[in-house]
Amino acid sequence: MPLDVEAKVVRNTRLSPDYNVIVLAAPEIAALTKPGQFVMVKSSRGSDPLLRRPFSVFEVVRTSSGIEGLSLLSKRVGVTTRMLFDSVAGDVISCLGPLGRPFDPVAPPRQAWMVAGGVGLAPFATLTEALREQGTRTTLFYGARSGRELFYLDWFASQGVRVVLSTEDGSMGERGRITEPLDRELGRAAGDVMVYACGPERMLEAVAAVAGAHGTPAQLSVERVMGCGMGGCYSCVIPVRGPGGGHHYVRSCMAGPVFTAADVVWDHE
Amino acid sequence: MDLSVEIGSLRLANPLMAASGCYGYGVEYAEAVDLSSLGAVVSKGLFLAPREGHPPPRIVETPSGMLNAIGLQGIGVHRYVAEKLPELRRLGATNVINICGSTLDEYVELARILSNAEGVHALELNISCPNIKEGGITFGCSLHGTFDVVSAVKKVTHLPVIPKLTPNVTDVASIAKAAEEAGADAVSLVNTFLAMAIDIETRRPKLSNVVGGLSGPAIRPIAVRMVYECRRAVRIPVIGMGGIASAEDALEFIIAGATAVQIGTANFVDPFIWPKLLHGITEYMERHQLSRIADLVGSIDTGTREKEWVSS
Repeated sequence: MPLDVEAKVVRNTRLSPDYNVIVLAAPEIAALTKPGQFVMVKSSRGSDPLLRRPFSVFEVVRTSSGIEGLSLLSKRVGVTTRMLFDSVAGDVISCLGPLGRPFDPVAPPRQAWMVAGGVGLAPFATLTEALREQGTRTTLFYGARSGRELFYLDWFASQGVRVVLSTEDGSMGERGRITEPLDRELGRAAGDVMVYACGPERMLEAVAAVAGAHGTPAQLSVERVMGCGMGGCYSCVIPVRGPGGGHHYVRSCMAGPVFTAADVVWDHE
Repeated sequence: MDLSVEIGSLRLANPLMAASGCYGYGVEYAEAVDLSSLGAVVSKGLFLAPREGHPPPRIVETPSGMLNAIGLQGIGVHRYVAEKLPELRRLGATNVINICGSTLDEYVELARILSNAEGVHALELNISCPNIKEGGITFGCSLHGTFDVVSAVKKVTHLPVIPKLTPNVTDVASIAKAAEEAGADAVSLVNTFLAMAIDIETRRPKLSNVVGGLSGPAIRPIAVRMVYECRRAVRIPVIGMGGIASAEDALEFIIAGATAVQIGTANFVDPFIWPKLLHGITEYMERHQLSRIADLVGSIDTGTREKEWVSS
């Protein structure tokens, strides 16, 4: 069952002129969160902005005395992310969750290959921890526009994650899209791999195509315009394949945000 | 303290109802909310057959409001009766079923099916959805259409019949009167206001359906005025809605003339809003030494300022 917590901002760390990591004192929600689940956040008291916005839980933040809260990785693009960027310790942010269908972490001998685009890195810190508990060998393919927008590389390395980078401007890692090294490495992968991806929808579509071409299963975390996060409004739908070969719309807040790549229909819209 | 209200033959434990299209089929919220604590749950609009609805994007936020063009995606009445109603019965919900037809016959058939189903307490006739071309709103925009669909449904059901009215007309009170003359047990209003939003960079509409329905606090004062007008025009109960987000908002509608109120958009923001609303209403009643919420309905005091411009 989701909880609604009026959470104090513990700290807010700016990673770049657009990205920040904000820690919210919502330990009750953090304790229930599974990798890939999200929270619905509202950072104002009035009716502008009116609706909450969905965010993947980035980290379950722990101290020596237990769970302190959860963090969100945010990129400043709209009114709510701007408020998250500008928040300071002590501000109160309404946080509803955890919500949605989580990732299913694979166990050895299978390997986990995580593919992140930009702010799509968010669900992979908690997934990394879950995979590490199982002893699963894990790789992160992580792409962004430039090296200045690649974060937490040391943390992933410290968790034993092999990190493969790409940037559109070539300032760090390989120049180009992250699906290029993914494609190349899947071509010579030894053993069973599960691909996990989160990022812009065009990247997810490309990941689904690459994984599909190699016969590798993939779990994708999608992001759609979402009104409530609880299944009430039917705004966050995505077309999935039906049993009869057609497609039908399902709510990404309930049936997702994590979907099996082969189920998602991309060419519908 | 008596919070109960009567809608025709139906008694609600309190005047708070979940608005159609804003609460799924109710069961989505069963983990978070005791559905039996709501006055009623109004189902998402149902046609006879399942519907896919519009492609996304289906909503866009606007100042203190939102536009939606969901397109009445739904599972159809048969799956609703087979899969959702038993669960809602078990949860003790009071179920008002919102029905939509492309034709008069479809409303009649839906009413027949639901009148024979166990656990249905009333029918809300959706004759006001602004987002679909066929049926529905073509009835709700005319006096004859409203009269015809209400009287046809009344002939085949023992359930209270509540046409849901559109605000996208010149004179909503005259539509309410036509509904009353046709035998409606109550009217509910307002559905959303037809509206649109455009991305100026791409020059494309922000909704796939181009236009959509505006809801939320932005519409509240217009909705209060329309409830007030309808209350003066008809004797049957008026169920009010439009941007209610607090107990104060709900009380404003009740004082304007609403026997019960529906909560829609605010539920998206706060699924745990129900006990907060009830608490605020009882606190108000204590402060004003009221023992029955029904005594507050339509208790607006316009003094000598009663305006004859209000349609009557």
